[in-house]
Amino acid sequence: MSILLKGGRVVDPSRNLDGVKDILIEEGKIAAIADSMDDTTGETRVVHLEGKVVLPGLVDMHTHLREPGYEYKETIRSGSEAAAAGGFTSIACMPNTDPVNDSRAVTEYIVKRAGECNLVHVYPVAAISLRSEGRTLAEFGDLKEAGAVAFSDDGKPVVDSGLMRRALEYASSLGLVIIPHCEDLSLSAGGLMNEGRISTELGLPGIPTLAEEVMIARDLLLAEYTGAALHISHVSSAGSVRMIRNAKARGIPVTAETAPHYFTLTDEALRDFDPSFKVNPPLRSPLDRKAIREGLRDGTLDVIATDHAPHAATDKEVEFEYAASGISGLETALALSLRLVDDGLLTLSELVRKMSTNPAKILNIPGGALLPGADADITVFDPDRSWIVDPLSWRSKGKNSPFFGWTLKGKVLMTLVKGRVVYSED
Amino acid sequence: MKWERKDLLGIKDLSGEEISLILDTAESFLEVSTRDIKKVPTLRGKTIINFFVEASTRTRTSFEIAGKRLSADTINISASTSSLVKGETLADTARNLEAMNPDVIVIRHSCAGAPHMLARLVRQSIINAGDGAHEHPTQALLDMMTIRSRKGTLSGLNVTIVGDIAHSRVARSNIYGLNKMGAHLTVAGPATMMPRDIRELGVKVSFRLEEALQDADVVMMLRIQTEREQRSVFPSLREYSAFYCLNGDNIQRARPDVLVMHPGPVNRGVEISPEIADGANSVILEQVTNGVAVRMALLYLLTGAIE
Repeated sequence: MSILLKGGRVVDPSRNLDGVKDILIEEGKIAAIADSMDDTTGETRVVHLEGKVVLPGLVDMHTHLREPGYEYKETIRSGSEAAAAGGFTSIACMPNTDPVNDSRAVTEYIVKRAGECNLVHVYPVAAISLRSEGRTLAEFGDLKEAGAVAFSDDGKPVVDSGLMRRALEYASSLGLVIIPHCEDLSLSAGGLMNEGRISTELGLPGIPTLAEEVMIARDLLLAEYTGAALHISHVSSAGSVRMIRNAKARGIPVTAETAPHYFTLTDEALRDFDPSFKVNPPLRSPLDRKAIREGLRDGTLDVIATDHAPHAATDKEVEFEYAASGISGLETALALSLRLVDDGLLTLSELVRKMSTNPAKILNIPGGALLPGADADITVFDPDRSWIVDPLSWRSKGKNSPFFGWTLKGKVLMTLVKGRVVYSED
Repeated sequence: MKWERKDLLGIKDLSGEEISLILDTAESFLEVSTRDIKKVPTLRGKTIINFFVEASTRTRTSFEIAGKRLSADTINISASTSSLVKGETLADTARNLEAMNPDVIVIRHSCAGAPHMLARLVRQSIINAGDGAHEHPTQALLDMMTIRSRKGTLSGLNVTIVGDIAHSRVARSNIYGLNKMGAHLTVAGPATMMPRDIRELGVKVSFRLEEALQDADVVMMLRIQTEREQRSVFPSLREYSAFYCLNGDNIQRARPDVLVMHPGPVNRGVEISPEIADGANSVILEQVTNGVAVRMALLYLLTGAIE
């Protein structure tokens, strides 16, 4: 059945489009985009979207789906449903499952399960090293053939600089990007929150920004030397933004992402010892948050990714020290990011670039644009609708959100993948 | 003023008036411990659970004596006998304790924030008996009581705290309390023992003990955790004591009537020399005596506030 999306504001940064257009979808593809179209056959479902916004489907390049191994936290199905509800049509899932996604077997399993769920596109990110132990490279070529789109030991740094160099070189020969988790464990050891005035007040061991920055500095040097593509994940500190900005100015092939919590919250939120604010890297100081926002504004930070890290209540409702790190982010990411547009920091088009066009380009996957002939992966949201964050009603199994009870503006109304409605708000 | 809090979680939240009220109340309870029959019926029929998830002898004993002298029924649960070792969560244990209807739960825990979690979960009054490196409010209160009784006031005194400030809940609670009461604070130790941005808590920092002791009215020596040596906070006990041990020489820089304090247990010869620990300026055992009175005062105020 055909669908005609009529009268919405269509924003496609890939070709500087921002205006009222109609989009006709036929057989799962975008058939036409025009100023005005009407259904003449009577067999087309016409969706009136006056006052609503139509985007190329959002792409989250940093999601944790927990399957295989931690299905009590999230599954490929629940995570895919959460993605669709959050307006994402494509997600890349990190390999820190059990077993770690370091083999064709695990990658194929994820691809197969995602296919059975048949909701959003799921792109596995495979491990850099076997079991993400930082000793032996995983079989990048085999993993790529199985469907992996990038490599990361997310959650763990590659401590061995020589191995990291080889990983960058080997991945570049396959045309894939390396996504490091930048954390010097000797500097972060035992740390539970950002090191600074608040950790000193609370007596909680600190994780200095230094732990992130030392590793980013090393990886930037390796990227410069090898010429291999590097994508820095979950940037949280002012120093990191500054180094990435300098590296880009010098032509180093680096891209970078941050997550909504880093441009929304600060370590001040930890004063009540509430584990829902515990995340790694940790929430930083107000100065760091300011620098993250500036990095998004000036383009140093290319991507907003969720770092969606769902946990069960049993992982979080314990002493702060014992609580798992992570925030369930798929279902709040768009609304939190729209605040950047409200604040005048980004235009809507620039925001869509960071949440759709850029991540698709970095991972070299389809999407990120509304092009006639391409799969109809489309997100529709109501920019004026306010809603209250209530994780208990979420699709994700992970109810661990520091935004519980917040009123946010901008609600996803409809998510289409290959022209099929995978989420609809009614 | 009237006491209105359900819990005592830390000194940071208290006003100067609340601190004074606790100290005044504690002074009125001191006398009970000097009687032949060391018992008053004030808390008869009340139940106090001392829930110690981290090992403690002194603080737990002090709380137990405080409760018993007020005629409360006191029950001790320690980590080794608790169900926590059997895999039960703190939240479940707390709900079970709550279901037995005690009036006060005193908790010590190695994790900062554990008492706050308990206070959110249960309706009983919670007293923080030390949480990680965060706060040890009853210790700071007994310290302030000791200083006030000796000096007549806390305001305007030069107080120097020496040792591993980064890992010390005693230091934090005293910094919060003494600042509110108008004392001038200096913390001293090697830079590895100074937490980031400590000056923002309203203290002066000195890396030299001799400098930090200059004109001090009070000096608090913190216990050095010998097990932290492996974490390279300092090279060796030998080197630490060479530079930061309070002794007969460096104490000359302080005021002649300086009070020497220590939260215990003392590592003799490491952070404090034996002749100073036992000397005329030492009020270390007075601190312990006042500790019972402070805890009696808190049990009294908290149970009264609930009714």
